[in-house]
Amino acid sequence: MNLSIFLLIPLITALILLAGRKGSDVKIISLIGSSLQLAFTFLLLVNFWNERSSGNTSQFLFEQRFTWFAPLNIEYFVGIDGISISMILLTATVVFAGVLVSWNVENMTKEFHLLLHLLGMGAYGFFISLDLFTLFFFLEIAVIPKFLLIGIWGSGKKEYSANKLALMLMGGSALVLVGILGIYFKSGIQSFDIVKLSEIKIPEAVQNIFFPFLFIGFGVFTAIFPFHTWVPDGHSSAPTAGSMFLAGISMKLGGYGCLRVATYLMPEAAREYSHIIILLASIAILYGAFATMMQKDLKYINTYSSVSHCGFVLLGIGMLTKTAIVGAVMQMVSHGLMTALFFAVIGMIYERTHTRYVAQMGGLMKTMPFICTIFFVVGLCSLGLPGMSGFVAEATIFVGSWQNPDAFYRIATIIACMSIVVTAVYILRAIGKVAMGPLNRENGMPGNFDAVWNEKIASVILVAGIIAIGIAPFWLNNLIEPGAENIMKEIINVATDYTNLH
Amino acid sequence: MADFFILMKSELLLTAILFILLFIKIGKGMENSSLLALINSLLAVNFILGFAANGAGSLFGGMFFTNELVFFQKNILNLGVLIISLSGQNWLLNHKHLPEFFMLLISALLGMFFMISSGNLLIFYLSLELATIPLAALCNFDLEKRISSEGAMKMIMSSAFSSGILLLGISLMYGSAGTISFAELPGLLDNSPLQIFSFILLFTGFAFKLSVVPFHLWTADVYEGSPVAVTSFLSVVSKGSIVFVFITALYNAFQPMHEVWYHVIFITSIATMTIGNLFALRQQNLKRFLAFSSIAQVGFILIGISGNSQLGISSAVYFVLIYVFSNLGAFGVVSVISSAAGKETIDEYKGLHKTNPMLAWILTLSLFSLAGIPPTAGFFGKLFLLTSGASAGNFILITVAVLNMVISLYYYLRVVRAMFMDKNKFPVEKVKAGVSANAALLICVAGIIFTGIASPFYEYIHKISDFIFMAGR
Repeated sequence: MNLSIFLLIPLITALILLAGRKGSDVKIISLIGSSLQLAFTFLLLVNFWNERSSGNTSQFLFEQRFTWFAPLNIEYFVGIDGISISMILLTATVVFAGVLVSWNVENMTKEFHLLLHLLGMGAYGFFISLDLFTLFFFLEIAVIPKFLLIGIWGSGKKEYSANKLALMLMGGSALVLVGILGIYFKSGIQSFDIVKLSEIKIPEAVQNIFFPFLFIGFGVFTAIFPFHTWVPDGHSSAPTAGSMFLAGISMKLGGYGCLRVATYLMPEAAREYSHIIILLASIAILYGAFATMMQKDLKYINTYSSVSHCGFVLLGIGMLTKTAIVGAVMQMVSHGLMTALFFAVIGMIYERTHTRYVAQMGGLMKTMPFICTIFFVVGLCSLGLPGMSGFVAEATIFVGSWQNPDAFYRIATIIACMSIVVTAVYILRAIGKVAMGPLNRENGMPGNFDAVWNEKIASVILVAGIIAIGIAPFWLNNLIEPGAENIMKEIINVATDYTNLH
Repeated sequence: MADFFILMKSELLLTAILFILLFIKIGKGMENSSLLALINSLLAVNFILGFAANGAGSLFGGMFFTNELVFFQKNILNLGVLIISLSGQNWLLNHKHLPEFFMLLISALLGMFFMISSGNLLIFYLSLELATIPLAALCNFDLEKRISSEGAMKMIMSSAFSSGILLLGISLMYGSAGTISFAELPGLLDNSPLQIFSFILLFTGFAFKLSVVPFHLWTADVYEGSPVAVTSFLSVVSKGSIVFVFITALYNAFQPMHEVWYHVIFITSIATMTIGNLFALRQQNLKRFLAFSSIAQVGFILIGISGNSQLGISSAVYFVLIYVFSNLGAFGVVSVISSAAGKETIDEYKGLHKTNPMLAWILTLSLFSLAGIPPTAGFFGKLFLLTSGASAGNFILITVAVLNMVISLYYYLRVVRAMFMDKNKFPVEKVKAGVSANAALLICVAGIIFTGIASPFYEYIHKISDFIFMAGR
């Protein structure tokens, strides 16, 4: 299975869109492109399972390696393992849903869908890259489309948010660049190849200097505290599909980078800095949760809640036990699906009520039953109701975190658990006010109709993903576990107290 | 004898063009449009011939040397001049002194060619003067505008001053080392205080032409006052040629003083990037804006040069090639709009995307390439420069550099925002750029898109960069 097909399909779709005419053609082409991506993702999954069950235990499958810039040892080197596949699955689903939800974008439709596909290409490329330069290339490709999407099609203070987002993400990737160059020159082998770098031990002094660069750099993408300030404004001002992509996929770029690059290649430094990482993650979890309680705008509620949930990802990575890492990846997938769905629902509600303020809504269950049901589902997933993916992911992280016997780690775990209560408060309050109660006629409900076909398909697909992980998480777990196992092998090699934990 | 023609091929071609122009001017003269067409075709032929029959060797007892890298560098400059001539079509067609413009331009270019191939300090100085003096006259070519004369005056005064300092450095270097030849200099350098001092003076001469901080103060005013075509020439071709000479001088002649010049470059590159960026943040006039942005770019080139290796040469030469495309793309759009509508400020560009979408996208692409956003070539150029700088091991420099990349993105995005997101009651009307200008912009866009991702360009440059350590011997 040729992995580059995940780069080619979005690229070709984008080129066809560029050359194409306006109007409904654009949307059809975009939809075909994203459906193809989704189809190929399932095909990849099936192929992957076949390979694994037929006994292929090499770490990365479907590898492809082309020399790109020989003088600098840069290669186009791609390959996937279980963790990458889960992320690709997430990307394909969210892009598909995003294209569907954007069916009514009238202004510069061609450019809008083109940018969406470029974003998708950047994400796919990032998740399949096994060469640091290629990884960085795809990481950076995504920044400008986000800027343009928010700035041109957004709402609210969109120019300000677009600027803030672009600059902070560039700042994050700037730090990542320093880290990558540090690894290249100081690792002992001049190579960008992740597989080769994971096999050698980078000198500890080098690790201690460059691990913060890499972790904070990638962390900016995942809204690590205190570099999370781009998230609320950026996500809220973005158009619906933009928010879905940003919160659903773009924030996971950081988590994946922290795992695959920072922790995998520099396990000793990961140990060293684990206390700080956990501290920052816990602050993000709690602060995000409490900040959400104060919000009056539905979109801001979701974005601060994203800060909180992505804190779980970093917490899991910081804990450095296998279960916690599996949980972190699961949380990335689960939160991605969930927040994409949440933004889709908010977008649908906004289109009909023309307001995002909770106080101005009420009793929407009467006029928009389908949308409100989905709203309920997403809200319950967010607060971790069993049966949905949120519970599975968070529970795995908590179990994994508790495995560390040290007091510091356990206290952090307890603090993180407490945030669930806060989450419940703000979710239930938001849903209650919006969906239940008397119908609020103040902001006029012109043409209030329930979801149309494109919104229904998008919601159903995302809900299917959430329930699939929630009810039968073993398929995702079995995907992720071997990948996490490989990462743990690196960390276990470092002698510490709790290496005999699984 | 055949040696002479082969090795000096680029210079001879330029001299031929110069004489053709001279004879046309002295003779019956030609219509501007046909003259321009003739010149463009001659420049195109010159560029294409630049790839043929490139040998290596030295002439005139070591005063003139050349090799494959030098030929490639000269061809980059040829390409730059071709694009400038094509994109300035509207302004040039209506200019009363077209033959003089090109005669001055070609003379300056000829001076730059000799400078790149110079084998000793005096020939270097002579050709530097040949490269500078016509430029001062060129800056004044918007003859009706006062600001153009002001720019030209500033240019000639600052050039004269810096040439004086350079000459002092050369004479002190001769006095302490005993030779002016680049080939013999490495053997005679002993890092004595006098030599270090004369090196600093020499560096000042280079730094002035490169607009390195703190010798950059002439840049903004001269760029703003000159006609756009001359500004493009100054910012791209002139800077590029100095970068090439700089590399030859530092890596060959002054290699024993490596420690000294590394520290000097370290300090000046941080200063240049930072000051360039900070000043660019505040600019409204697009020509001044691009002037300060080019100062910041030079800071990056210095970082690449600081990695004293083959990677340093290849990344710098590669970046100049990409810089030609990106900067000329940006200046090309500014030139088209300036000659059609006379508008040059960012505020006047607001809403450009509604009336002139193609031009807006081309300017955006060029700005992204200048900022270093993938998949444009500028990303690869900047990244390779940073890699070269990192090879010297100083990561403070790299960290400052990447943070400056973020700052620069802010002001590039400001222009993009103005074009795409801001409203304007009176945006620039639909501009019809001529065929040549469109061709120039097309070349730039193709260069930006393909020179980066396709690796053969960089690999070729890397291969020929091996030569430099053989140069002049």
